[in-house]
Amino acid sequence: MSQSHEAVAGHGSVKSYLTGFLLSVFLTIIPFWMVMKGGYTRQVTTLDIFAFAVVQIVIHLKYFLHLDFTKNGRLNSFSFLFTAMVIVMLVGLSVWIITAADTLMMR
Amino acid sequence: MTSTVSHAIGHEHHDSGSQTVLGFWFYLMTDCILFATAFATYAVLYRNTAGGVSGKDIFDLQYVAVETAALLLSSITYGFAMISGQKGLRSGVMTWLAVTFLFGAVFIGMELNEFHHLISEGNGPGTSAFLSAFFGLVGLHGLHVTAGLFWMAVLMFEAARTGLTGRLMTRLNCLSLFWHFLDVVWICVFTVVYLKGAM
Repeated sequence: MSQSHEAVAGHGSVKSYLTGFLLSVFLTIIPFWMVMKGGYTRQVTTLDIFAFAVVQIVIHLKYFLHLDFTKNGRLNSFSFLFTAMVIVMLVGLSVWIITAADTLMMR
Repeated sequence: MTSTVSHAIGHEHHDSGSQTVLGFWFYLMTDCILFATAFATYAVLYRNTAGGVSGKDIFDLQYVAVETAALLLSSITYGFAMISGQKGLRSGVMTWLAVTFLFGAVFIGMELNEFHHLISEGNGPGTSAFLSAFFGLVGLHGLHVTAGLFWMAVLMFEAARTGLTGRLMTRLNCLSLFWHFLDVVWICVFTVVYLKGAM
């Protein structure tokens, strides 16, 4: 009884997988369409495709990887948030430092 | 001390495989950081084309859209395999894993074809810093997917031999995390490399 309840809570159902899949399809088609059709400024397109990517990652984490903040899932979610923070610092600061160095070298 | 902690965790989760799955999740978090360094390298180097081709010249978005579709479909079919597994349906698990394997193989086949095409036109990884970073990042993801396919084949073999034991379900759970994680990395790849590059 408790085992079957856990399976449903931790692993999703056909309906939740289909919801995640359909949302992912939309969140993939729109940025591809924006770039392939063109006509938007570079800045708007860049911001939009990155925003769609972030939303789709959250959808995948929720519907496919089943991250949540229940008692059982909390450790997974917090370890992911910590990793995300490390990644933001690692990628963000590397790009910042090297771009700044590159700009100074060009002068 | 250790036994107290493991007892507390075991008590919370009820099934013995959950600690294995949690440990595998921690491995995936370190794998995230490996991919992050590859993305940082690409972000720093992608403008350095050494007078050769840039992303705009070599990326075919329609082709990448089909690759993306194959990987996304393989994610949902793996989910269906897991649902069959929780219901104890071995034939369902085998069928959905075979479909997942097929979509994964289509993805890898298309990627190898793209790489072959680039190299045969003289745009190999040694041509410029941009192409080194491109082959490094996309190839790292492709290697992960290939490892996932081998793993899937082994688990299908095990399911055929021993049936859906608790041990096999734990392993299927770990591969599930690995496979969906690779789809998440691919979202970053097609956005940062292909869409941004083709703009």
